[in-house]
Amino acid sequence: MDMKRDYYEDIELFSSGTVLFWSVAFLVFLFTLPLYIPSYNIYLFNIIMVHVILAVGLNILVGYTGQISLGHAGFFAIGAYGTALLMIHLHLPFLMALIIAGLISAFFGFIIGLPALRLEGPYLAIATLGFGLTIMHIIGHWDIFGGRMGISTPPLDLGLQNSPYSFVIEGDVKIYYLILVITVLMVVCARNLMRTRVGRAFVAIRDDDIAAEVMGVNLTIFKTMSFALSAFYAGVAGGLYGFVVSFFDPFTFNLILSIVFLVMVVVGGLGSILGAVMGATLITYLQFDLLKNVEELPYMGEILVQFSRKWLTVIGLANFGSVALGLIMLGIVIFEPLGMFGIWIRMKKYWKTWPF
Amino acid sequence: MIEQLIVEGLAIGACYGLFGVAVAIIYKTSEVVNFAQGEMGMIATFVAFHVLTVYHVPFWLAFIITMVFAMLLGMLIEICFLRPAKDPTVLGLIIITLGAEMLLMGLAGWKWGAEQKDFPFLLSVQKTHEILPGLTVNEWSMGVFVLAAVIMVFLFLFFRYSRLGIAMRATQQNVNAAKIMGIKVERVFSITWAMSSLIGAVAAMFFAARSVLDPNFMMEPFMRAFAAAVLGGLTSIPGVVVGGILLGLIENFFGYAWPEWKPIVAFVVIIIIITVRPSGLFAKHYIKKV
Repeated sequence: MDMKRDYYEDIELFSSGTVLFWSVAFLVFLFTLPLYIPSYNIYLFNIIMVHVILAVGLNILVGYTGQISLGHAGFFAIGAYGTALLMIHLHLPFLMALIIAGLISAFFGFIIGLPALRLEGPYLAIATLGFGLTIMHIIGHWDIFGGRMGISTPPLDLGLQNSPYSFVIEGDVKIYYLILVITVLMVVCARNLMRTRVGRAFVAIRDDDIAAEVMGVNLTIFKTMSFALSAFYAGVAGGLYGFVVSFFDPFTFNLILSIVFLVMVVVGGLGSILGAVMGATLITYLQFDLLKNVEELPYMGEILVQFSRKWLTVIGLANFGSVALGLIMLGIVIFEPLGMFGIWIRMKKYWKTWPF
Repeated sequence: MIEQLIVEGLAIGACYGLFGVAVAIIYKTSEVVNFAQGEMGMIATFVAFHVLTVYHVPFWLAFIITMVFAMLLGMLIEICFLRPAKDPTVLGLIIITLGAEMLLMGLAGWKWGAEQKDFPFLLSVQKTHEILPGLTVNEWSMGVFVLAAVIMVFLFLFFRYSRLGIAMRATQQNVNAAKIMGIKVERVFSITWAMSSLIGAVAAMFFAARSVLDPNFMMEPFMRAFAAAVLGGLTSIPGVVVGGILLGLIENFFGYAWPEWKPIVAFVVIIIIITVRPSGLFAKHYIKKV
């Protein structure tokens, strides 16, 4: 199955007609989604899509290039604050502010990528972690960023603000369509990138950086590029996130958020766009919907309440989300290191070769 | 004033160093960076708090119970979470320890709630003694100095002369060669985690006495301690303590000059040190072989 016979087959955007069909069907489903579900649930989908952009970007860095980042909440914050502040102070149109904020974030990614040339493994994790926390503290301490109180986002204006060309988007459903278009664009870009020379250079660095260098891959350029690209994705995701939640403070972008981002990629499956999408969807759904009210969980809720009453505290049951996330992280590395994508591949293989 | 700053910086730095040693022991033996170290100390401190306030046991007994608990916790995490993973990558190991961190933090919040508590510790920060004219030192700092010195000397001798310590060093250098020499590598790892968890728990109790006790209280000290460990070089025990003391001094002086930027000093130091000299100030630089 899935035997690649020549180079051109390997670099096709859709590996088969089936994939193309289901991709189009899935897109149609997404574009008509607001017709089937109540509009208050659209908010959840907005958050999911923002996280999908981020996870796809983080996957470029972690899954394809093999670097580690525990500071993506920092890039996310730069994107969110950058977009909002550019719109408030310079009155830029939304998309322009979003792209500029993304580029600022990419610049910081480039800066962090420079020391990353010499670092690997745990040291890189610590350096990026320090970066994320530093960004959080700087934002919290400077009044221009709204300080500890946080800031509210301005109206989402696609045109020029306060002019006849103003085009304000309001409501979750309209924002949904805007984010959907951007998400599809970003995901397709990432997929495309991986089919090019750059994408193959990333993979070569992941598999063995010394071998890659010997083969003529310029580590300096491609490692920093990977960081910058990943940071750009995180920045764009952050910019959109700001307008989805419409209010944020520096402590939104804490270490736990960086960990959760990394978990999305690992749970979804490293080195796979589909995996990143699945991981982001699952983790966001768990965090923002299923585990928000633990008492109301089907089947489990009542048992958990009884258990907490007997051994722990009922009021602390809200921490169940953290426990569940920890167990997922442990379970995925111990039992399924390839993540959900690995499960998907196994299932596919099982059915394709069924009687054997 | 300046002597006071130095003494304070030395004390908090020694505490960072002590906690950094806990991180360094595990890294030294198994090359795992234990991101759950802070939360392991946090849970142990909560256990001490629990037996002190609920069962009203004397402090020395609570201390012993906590130490035993911490050792068991360390072993449990190694046996349950790290051992079953087959050939984990560096990222896999980081995810495992981060997962353990989230798990422990969630459990602590579930059991003891998020509100901040005062930890009734034997040595108080308030009680001060004037040891030299114009120089007062509080009991807490004295305790930290004594403890850090004792543990450092003990570990130095332990790694140099004891059979177990030499086995740990052998395991770090080459796991397979150590196995051939008859070292039970798994057992060495468990003992390492127990030792590290124990030292971490002692340091965490000191941190709790200084600030407050809640499920998040070890996050920042852990980061500082890690910075200290990186500063000194993760594989050198005396280096880590010296690194901690240096960091404590830098942080205290910096914090005196610009109080609002004190929290990020440690991170900036981490980033600079890691960039300029990744192996730390005191550790030998290992060059990776192809």
